[in-house]
Amino acid sequence: MKKAFPILAVLTALLLAYGTYQALVVAPTERTMGDVQRIFYYHVPSAWTAFLLFSLNFLASLQYLSGAKPSAKRVINWAVIAIAVVGAIAPYIPMVQKQLPEGLYPSSVATTAIMIAVLYFLIGKFFTERSLDVLAVTTAEVGVVFCSIVLITGPLWARPVWGIWWTWDLRLTLTLVLWLIYVSYLVLRRFSDSAQTPKLAAVLAIFGALDVPLVYFSIWFFRTQHPQPVIGGGGSIDPRMLHILLLNWLAFSCLAFLVCWLRYGLEIMQRDVHEAQALEALLGDEGLPQTSARGRSPLNKTPSRMGPA
Amino acid sequence: MSLLRSITAATLAKDIRLEWRSRDAINSMLFFSLLVVVIFSFAFDPNAEESREIAGGLIWVAFLFAAVVALNQTWARELRNQVLDAYRVSPAPATALFVAKALGNFLLVSLLEALMAPLFMIFYNLRPLGPAWQLIPVAILGTWALVVNGTFVAAMSLRTRSREIMLPLLLFPISIPAIQSMVEATRVVLSGDGSARFWIVLLLTYDVVFTTACLALFETILQAE
Repeated sequence: MKKAFPILAVLTALLLAYGTYQALVVAPTERTMGDVQRIFYYHVPSAWTAFLLFSLNFLASLQYLSGAKPSAKRVINWAVIAIAVVGAIAPYIPMVQKQLPEGLYPSSVATTAIMIAVLYFLIGKFFTERSLDVLAVTTAEVGVVFCSIVLITGPLWARPVWGIWWTWDLRLTLTLVLWLIYVSYLVLRRFSDSAQTPKLAAVLAIFGALDVPLVYFSIWFFRTQHPQPVIGGGGSIDPRMLHILLLNWLAFSCLAFLVCWLRYGLEIMQRDVHEAQALEALLGDEGLPQTSARGRSPLNKTPSRMGPA
Repeated sequence: MSLLRSITAATLAKDIRLEWRSRDAINSMLFFSLLVVVIFSFAFDPNAEESREIAGGLIWVAFLFAAVVALNQTWARELRNQVLDAYRVSPAPATALFVAKALGNFLLVSLLEALMAPLFMIFYNLRPLGPAWQLIPVAILGTWALVVNGTFVAAMSLRTRSREIMLPLLLFPISIPAIQSMVEATRVVLSGDGSARFWIVLLLTYDVVFTTACLALFETILQAE
């Protein structure tokens, strides 16, 4: 695994460079917005990556909490399966299909619902209770970074195109609220340094996820009453633009994965060090057998081994 | 079920008795929201038409800040003589304690609202142009929305550093849809344009979702040690 890291890093760098070249040079200039529109190739992939990371955080938190009690685990597992089944079938029922916003295909809703369940069970299979919490921290931190990029690049684009830096539009407000929720999540983790932090943080992540649909409806209703400038206004995207957008998303996802990987290894290492320090303080110098426990203690690891495990 | 109810009733009665004897929370909340009312009216200096538009926001922001005062001392009281630890080792269900605390806060904030709302009406020359009775469900559902999450988050922030500031930091982002619903519903009723029905339904949904979540997860929070 460790050998894969530099290879992936080089690949990501190449992909990012190629994506940047495509976005800045090859992509056709947008007719009305001009070159400003090119920020779109960074804005949208960052947004998708951030949402993906936040979903991963939610699933990891759910898995973490469900691990506490076998009965809770069974209930949550069945609930996730039920959501996947309903989400896969419901969009094809004509009555529900009519309710979907334009441009949203039933197949994409169904795919999302099934993907969520698959991801949930994959996370549960490959991560232990301790590493689930590390995964939650990592995805929340990196997600906040990408969400900040979205919130910074958005106004940079909006100013020349809309004439204003910010508007309380549905998507903008939802992203901002999501950012606020996850910043409060990180604040909780920072301010609580006891052993129950993972549990508290996981509960807060669940609360944040429950909040998102409610925020969506409240802004949706509020904004349909107050007309606002809308993004794009339907229309189809040039296929060349779409290809470059997807290429950039791939590059950004690779970058996010790389950063998450690094942060994950660092967090595991940090926890090992904390545990070893606590053990050492508890037992004193004589308490530890010199060869066995001491040799394996992370305190003795050399800096060259600080890479991802 | 009767055990649950009797524990809830006992805890609630104890909290009310304590509050009745000291009157710490209610006095500080009353004075605090009075200050907010006065400062807001200096800061905005609205006429009757404007105040109809902004009063919904002012009232609820004042109540939200005042509620934080009550919420912060909910659990702090139980820490003093290790009451919470005693509760943790007792076989009493955790949800009973939570319901009692949430109800206690609900009563306290409702009392504050009942006392402060007339004052608001006088200071801002408010006269609702829409159906005024709708303000009652908005107030009940809105207060419960603030208090149920507030009580829960206060329990979460118990074991963090600087817990007084943690409560609003955790509570406000989650409460955004509830606050927007309360403010909009109040504004609609006061100015008389449109219907508040959507906002009341949204508040009800918020209450149901988060009351369920709080009841389901409170034991995890209480036992987290």
